[in-house]
Amino acid sequence: MPVDTYALLQKKRHSILETWINHQLANDALRDELIGNEEARAQSEELLDAYLNRLRVVARGGTVEEGHDAVAEILESVTISRARKGYSPRETGIFLFSLKEALLKALSEEIAGDPKLQFEESIKISNDIDGLAILTFETFIKGREEVILRQTDEIAEISTPVIRVWDGILALPIIGTLDSARTQVVMESLLSQIVETGSGITILDISGVPAVDSLVAQHLIKTVSATRLMGAECIISGIRPEIAQTIVHLGIDLSGIITKASLASALKYAFGALQLEVRKKNKEVKA
Amino acid sequence: MDKIPILKMGPFLLVTIQVDLYDRLALNLESDLIQMVNKMSSKGVLIDISAVNIVDSFMGRILGNIASMSKILDAQTVVVGMQPAVAITLVELGLPLTGVRTALNVEKGMELLQSMISREDSAREEENADDDNITI
Amino acid sequence: MVVVREQDVVPFRNRVREYAVRIKMGLVNQTKLITAASELVRNMLNYANGGRIRIEIVSKGRDSGIRLTFADSGPGIADITLAMKDGYSTGKSLGLGLPGARRLVNEFDIKSEAGKGTIITVVKWSNG
Repeated sequence: MPVDTYALLQKKRHSILETWINHQLANDALRDELIGNEEARAQSEELLDAYLNRLRVVARGGTVEEGHDAVAEILESVTISRARKGYSPRETGIFLFSLKEALLKALSEEIAGDPKLQFEESIKISNDIDGLAILTFETFIKGREEVILRQTDEIAEISTPVIRVWDGILALPIIGTLDSARTQVVMESLLSQIVETGSGITILDISGVPAVDSLVAQHLIKTVSATRLMGAECIISGIRPEIAQTIVHLGIDLSGIITKASLASALKYAFGALQLEVRKKNKEVKA
Repeated sequence: MDKIPILKMGPFLLVTIQVDLYDRLALNLESDLIQMVNKMSSKGVLIDISAVNIVDSFMGRILGNIASMSKILDAQTVVVGMQPAVAITLVELGLPLTGVRTALNVEKGMELLQSMISREDSAREEENADDDNITI
Repeated sequence: MVVVREQDVVPFRNRVREYAVRIKMGLVNQTKLITAASELVRNMLNYANGGRIRIEIVSKGRDSGIRLTFADSGPGIADITLAMKDGYSTGKSLGLGLPGARRLVNEFDIKSEAGKGTIITVVKWSNG
């Protein structure tokens, strides 16, 4: 290129940085990040320097890849940390596009006399930043997906607690929809607890399951079968009247399964199966 | 040639399977076991599969065979210690394992065997009692 | 990997397990995969006197999986639809091989020609 864009921009490095930081300060969320946060300022500086360095490499005839990595690396780490902190896509975008504005402004000041050249160089810079924007976009999405995945795992864990209601009796209240992925989690959880506690009876309470269709019923039947295969028993409780109706209308056969309307009656059944009895204590009345 | 050890525990026999069963080993186990049941007049067989990671239809058939053969010689069979992953897989595989009773561990397995045997005994007693009431 | 005799089954299963562990597949999925592999390899031995099996690691987006390809030059399956129905069997065993194995994996493909041989490809995803 006839003019050394790199040299020009490097000369105006300080003012570019200031313009950029000011743009960021104009945005509320970005300002909170910047104010009193030396690290955030340093991040912007680092990115700018990395980008200018990249221009230098290109100007010297080097390939883009050499200078590209540092820019990508810094941008990725900034983006991921913002995605994790819950920044909006707009704010993350503004971070990068305000840099473009600052760069183009500096360029126009320096090449004011030659509109054609200014246009050409501006397009080049614009394309560069646009490319980085796509990288930011992809990285941002990846960062968010990681958050979602982690939360999904946490939800799965919380929503299938196995409770030891008595010696040898486990209760598992299921809250929320029961799909095949969740069923596997439930089965694993329940069965490993059966082994660990040596419990012979488990109660699966489905009062928190909104809808039971043939697929859900299948999952329940599989869970009961697996429990029986291991040598324990599984009672299904918490069946609401509407669910009972749906099951019959759908022609689902639950005949091999022990079902109870409430957790309480399931518990009573379990006590009976374990030959346990619950009685009121006799108070002795002294005359 | 490996052989799977069979232990005598009072009136019962205990088999602990710790290696992958292949054809010859499985057939040997079947015949060894049935010979022992006969020799010891055992009333029950406990098969411990707590160390078994994979139960496919072949293994399932062996377990079913052992249960049937023992039954013919008047012995009950209980399989104990099935791993959760195995149970989940078997349900998906659709292996019925009919005629095979299961228990969580050896202790519960023995309790189950005891109850199965005493139930059989009392059923037989009832039958005999009825016979006495036949009048000609 | 070539599987010709009964004794090859266990080493084959162990090899599959190695691969599954390498991509950090959970225990239940591992068990399902190896059990399915066991069913299919026994079929291969019983009906086709053995064959070749290829074990590969595949990926789909962020998830990895194991692909097993069973190829034999046995008698082939004349009616695939019938063979895939639960309870169907031409051998002495229960006819649970194919439909059961299919339930344990995520993707299942079977190509067979009577008299030529059979190729069965299955895929189990780590998070499938």
